[in-house]
Amino acid sequence: MKIVTICGAGIGSSGVLKVNAERALRALDLEATVVAADVSNVRVIAADAQIILTTQEFVETIGKTNADVVVIVNLFDTSELKHKLEDALG
Amino acid sequence: MSLPPLPESAIDIGAFAADWRAAVALSGAALARSGAAKPAYAAEMIRMIEDHGPYVVIAPGLALAHARPGPQVITNGLSIVTLSEPVRFGHAHNDPVRVVLGLAISEAGAHLAAVAAVANIFNDSSAIDQLAEATSAAEVQQIMGVTPS
Repeated sequence: MKIVTICGAGIGSSGVLKVNAERALRALDLEATVVAADVSNVRVIAADAQIILTTQEFVETIGKTNADVVVIVNLFDTSELKHKLEDALG
Repeated sequence: MSLPPLPESAIDIGAFAADWRAAVALSGAALARSGAAKPAYAAEMIRMIEDHGPYVVIAPGLALAHARPGPQVITNGLSIVTLSEPVRFGHAHNDPVRVVLGLAISEAGAHLAAVAAVANIFNDSSAIDQLAEATSAAEVQQIMGVTPS
């Protein structure tokens, strides 16, 4: 499974999302590759992804995609990440 | 996992900012003082938010201000600005901001260990409150797990 985290520069929020998504996946005992990227590369990088994790601001720019777009509010809240990942994968 | 350098010169306690642009400018000024970035990096940080919105407010009360690696970055570094009066960035859930964490990254790809170290600190949900209430640079460094230089 592939998960892509998206933000504006591909280094800040998407990096935090990647680190905390990996933490949440471990807690859920799930395996996935998590890749951080900036929104301008979303089409290429997320072409084969099951889930895109991002914040509300990027949903419109990401646009149509086959992946589930999951919006995270508090990037440091691993329980929010766990619940939303569980819902998306369930 | 190692945190980017956070020297005393990159810490600004109880600063006043009239709006989010001023708050981000202070964060960029702190990175310039410590030698992590050139002064023009602040304008790039502001432009990221103008272009993409207030997504940098990544948790209640905390903004992670940064731009891309580029010629305005000298070396990896962090800055912390705590605001005397909270500032609204326009975020639907996480406003107002009390702590601005500035981040300069010199090379894309090598940053994830640094970001992971930052994430480790803030996964303790009390860290933002502790920083907002810190009264000295040494206290901020202690909360961030940095040995004062």
